[in-house]
Amino acid sequence: MNAVAKPRPANDVVIDVEGLTKRFGDKTVVDGFALQVRRGQIYGFLGPNGSGKTTTIRMVCGLLTPDAGRGSCLGHDILTESAKIKREVGYMTQKFSLYEDLSIEENLDFIARMYDVRDRKRRVRETIARLGLESRRSQLAGTLSGGWKQRVALAACLLHDPQLLLLDEPTAGVDPGARRDFWDQIHRLAGEGMTVLVSTHYMDEAERCHALAYIAYGKLLTHGTIPEVVAEAGLATYEIESPDADSLFALTAEIEKSPGVEMAVPFGNRLHVSGTDAAKLKATMAEVARRPGLAVREVDSSLEDVFIHMMRMNQPKA
Amino acid sequence: MFTWHRFLAVLIKEFVQMRRDRLTFAMMIGVPIMQLVLFGYAINSDPKRLPTAVVSAEASPFARSFVRALENTDYYRVVAQPRTVAEADALVARGQAQFVINIPEDFSRRIQRGERPVLLVEADASDPAATGPAVSALATLNLRALDNDLTGTLAAQKAGPAPFEVRVHRRYNPEGITQYNIVPGLMGVVLTMTMIMMTSIAMTRERERGTMENLLATPVTPFEVMLGKIVPYILVGYVQVAVILLAAKFLFQIPMVGSLLLLTGVVVLFIAANLAIGFTFSTVAKSQMQAMQMTMFFFLPSILLSGFMFPFRGMPVWAQWLGEVFPLTHFLRIVRGILLKGSGVAEILPSVWPLALILALVSVAAMRRYNRTLD
Repeated sequence: MNAVAKPRPANDVVIDVEGLTKRFGDKTVVDGFALQVRRGQIYGFLGPNGSGKTTTIRMVCGLLTPDAGRGSCLGHDILTESAKIKREVGYMTQKFSLYEDLSIEENLDFIARMYDVRDRKRRVRETIARLGLESRRSQLAGTLSGGWKQRVALAACLLHDPQLLLLDEPTAGVDPGARRDFWDQIHRLAGEGMTVLVSTHYMDEAERCHALAYIAYGKLLTHGTIPEVVAEAGLATYEIESPDADSLFALTAEIEKSPGVEMAVPFGNRLHVSGTDAAKLKATMAEVARRPGLAVREVDSSLEDVFIHMMRMNQPKA
Repeated sequence: MFTWHRFLAVLIKEFVQMRRDRLTFAMMIGVPIMQLVLFGYAINSDPKRLPTAVVSAEASPFARSFVRALENTDYYRVVAQPRTVAEADALVARGQAQFVINIPEDFSRRIQRGERPVLLVEADASDPAATGPAVSALATLNLRALDNDLTGTLAAQKAGPAPFEVRVHRRYNPEGITQYNIVPGLMGVVLTMTMIMMTSIAMTRERERGTMENLLATPVTPFEVMLGKIVPYILVGYVQVAVILLAAKFLFQIPMVGSLLLLTGVVVLFIAANLAIGFTFSTVAKSQMQAMQMTMFFFLPSILLSGFMFPFRGMPVWAQWLGEVFPLTHFLRIVRGILLKGSGVAEILPSVWPLALILALVSVAAMRRYNRTLD
């Protein structure tokens, strides 16, 4: 660790970790990860499958012991004070982890007892009412649809008024309407001072976060607000539009090998072409633009362009 | 740090889950009944119509009457009438006959002379429980069997001692074992099996269903989890004890000499020890399947070395030492002592403290094994 004493994080920094490393056997799943999340922020956590998002979240809330690194969560040391952290954190697991053979009410009651929630019965009743589940309170949790499981799981996380929500891919497999409702609720909670760290694969969800971190193959690749992340990537992007989808498909393979092109991704009958060497890419695009039937124009790089680019550039060499 | 609210949370959850899991619940009640029926009736009851070979050297009315009287006891069923003793012995060796009745060649003549001839019954007593009742039925048989044949001048013999003597040779296992051992012992066997099995899947089930992550994310401590998971099954254990005691009393007429109150009090130690062992297994096993295998791995030597199946004193010393490790060994001494010998606190104390010691050691092991993280 640094010889110079690190200044104590300001009070409004809720998660402050550095150098977090986790190995399973000889595979390093998370490698020197650092993250700072401020109070009231919705922090998006992105990265391909198996990139170490879940492992990182588990280390933050004390479910896994890091092999190296240090940090604090809500002012408590993640290595030694996980009991205190657990009392103030709401953690929603990726897989539904309430008891499927318990009813909605029994599950909520169980969690409320665990955290010794004050005025427990009223609290559980109110939660069920807020979810609009009064008529289904005795229904077994296992028989709920994916969207309802997610809503009940979130409600269970909130029962003990946590200061920090850790949500691990909360909207996987949930329909767009339910996702919209879910995010509205997250924003409402953040407005009330709740800090939220949420992992996701959806770009529209990433765009609803205040700040992002992108992790791939266990390493933090970039972080910051969306404009910061896009600017930092230094990616120039062109859009080629063709009335004929077939020729576009043939063009994709050809253009990926052209100078300055690092990535060509079709979106319907448009092709997004990106590269970090703006000059070379511009020359290539000028050549393409001369071909008949193709309309080429420079566009702003989207978050998705940036992430796909980062993922490809950082693939570990086999 | 222990808190009542978290202990209660786990406890209530376990009760609800137990109630939902109808199959398991049925099994908890069904296993003692099934074992009782199997061990008590099917396996160890008073066996009747046992295959019998009769070697008769003469075809006299006396011999025929004797064989008929034998069959009338319902314990014997004549399956063969070999001509030689060697043939009869072969039948016994192959297990095709359990008894050989030897009627000597001058049987009727010697009865007529009032010489009280000897009639030899050879029994395959390798399973003494199986031959015992049949052999005792012989004791009175010789008094009445020939009454109809003793006519005329022989009628006087009816009043006197039996006209002939039955001599029983128990082969393969000359001493018998008391049957009353089995049913009280079954209480220990049933509790060992079901209690260990139920808690051995306690943590692995949480892990397999994915609920472990949520449980670990709460501030619950290992001791709260263990206690919350064990206490509901102590009650189930008492239900089993009640079922077995009722069956012992009304189905099997097992004598209950000692204090049932004392037994009820002490049995909690035995139940808790088994539950703690199961809980320890569940902190080690990776899956419910493994937990079941570990249960069986523990259960078999428990039955074999505890004195349930074989007399404890009959085992070699090293096996006896090994047997002391199992809670069942100590519990068998307690339950048989109380029920059959009327033992009091002083007599069972030497078997009570080992149970307490096992419970304490295993609980400590479980707490050390319990992983509070997902590592």
